[in-house]
Amino acid sequence: MNRNTNAFKNGIQDGIPIALGYFAVAFSLGIVARKAGLNPFQGFLSSILNHASAGEYAEFTVIMANAPYFEMAFVILVTNIRYLLMSCALSQRFSPDTPLLHRLIVGFGITDEIFGISIARAGDLNPWHNYGAMTIALPSWAAGTAMGIIAGNILPTAAVSALSVALYGMFLAVIIPAAHTDKIVGSVVTASFLISFLVSKIPSLAAISNSLKISLLTILISGISAFFFPVKEDPEESSLTDEDQEVTVR
Amino acid sequence: MIHNIYLYILTAAAVSFLIRVLPLTLIRGKIKNRFIRSFLYYVPYVTLAVMTFPAILTAPQIPIAGILAFIAGIIAAWRKVNMVGIAALCCAVVFFCETFVAFIL
Repeated sequence: MNRNTNAFKNGIQDGIPIALGYFAVAFSLGIVARKAGLNPFQGFLSSILNHASAGEYAEFTVIMANAPYFEMAFVILVTNIRYLLMSCALSQRFSPDTPLLHRLIVGFGITDEIFGISIARAGDLNPWHNYGAMTIALPSWAAGTAMGIIAGNILPTAAVSALSVALYGMFLAVIIPAAHTDKIVGSVVTASFLISFLVSKIPSLAAISNSLKISLLTILISGISAFFFPVKEDPEESSLTDEDQEVTVR
Repeated sequence: MIHNIYLYILTAAAVSFLIRVLPLTLIRGKIKNRFIRSFLYYVPYVTLAVMTFPAILTAPQIPIAGILAFIAGIIAAWRKVNMVGIAALCCAVVFFCETFVAFIL
């Protein structure tokens, strides 16, 4: 129990910068939501249930276009497909006897950032760590959306601009230390930066949405990396190493 | 035909929920296949990397601020600065860079 309380507290701590970044991003998302005709409550509801920046942006576009419901389902499936991959990856970090309820709530709470802090932790995943981060980050995301709808542009542009990179800083905090310890991860990350940059410069690919590009590149680069550089140790062994590292760090 | 905003929101929420929850509930235990295990090992790093770059360049008002924040973030992360510190550093770099440029122009 004490371990869970600690994990929850750590989760809240890790969730604070996420919550700050979310508020700023959700605020600008709220401006789009207002254009689509949502009231603050609807914006809050959409964000607390969906909590996906690209996905919700697409959602509001569909609402604006007054498109059929199945189109909404398809657009959300494509823009949020990376969460499917993240969910697969997280399933490997759960101990096999994790109860269904924990799996449902952790799954519901997957966002880019919460996923990022989950995989950054060594050893088996403690759901309470996710719950801590969700408790502070998701309401902030929803409140930010509602505020954006209510208030429009009240934050100074310079503040919005500065806050907009907070999330990327957090991503770097996850991938760079791993790249430091594992040379192959380092090469894969460098290749990902380069390929992603090149793909963004190819005019004929401009029609593909960013979120779809992210999904396709993830599948492609991870697939090629897995083919050429399969991970060596077997799962039991690797989870043991993680535990060892965690103990040493403490 | 006029659509209901609440039905739109619920459709989106239902699809998001299923996407996020299905793998976690259906995949029990460790996957044995070496390729799939390797693939899932690389997925987090690759997806975070392609989400970060080049998006970090277009997030601030001027790209140079994004480039500097990117470099500062990598150096700080390489030196094992914690997550909050790196996020704050990146924000500060963008803020000062943009203030400086605005001052010059």
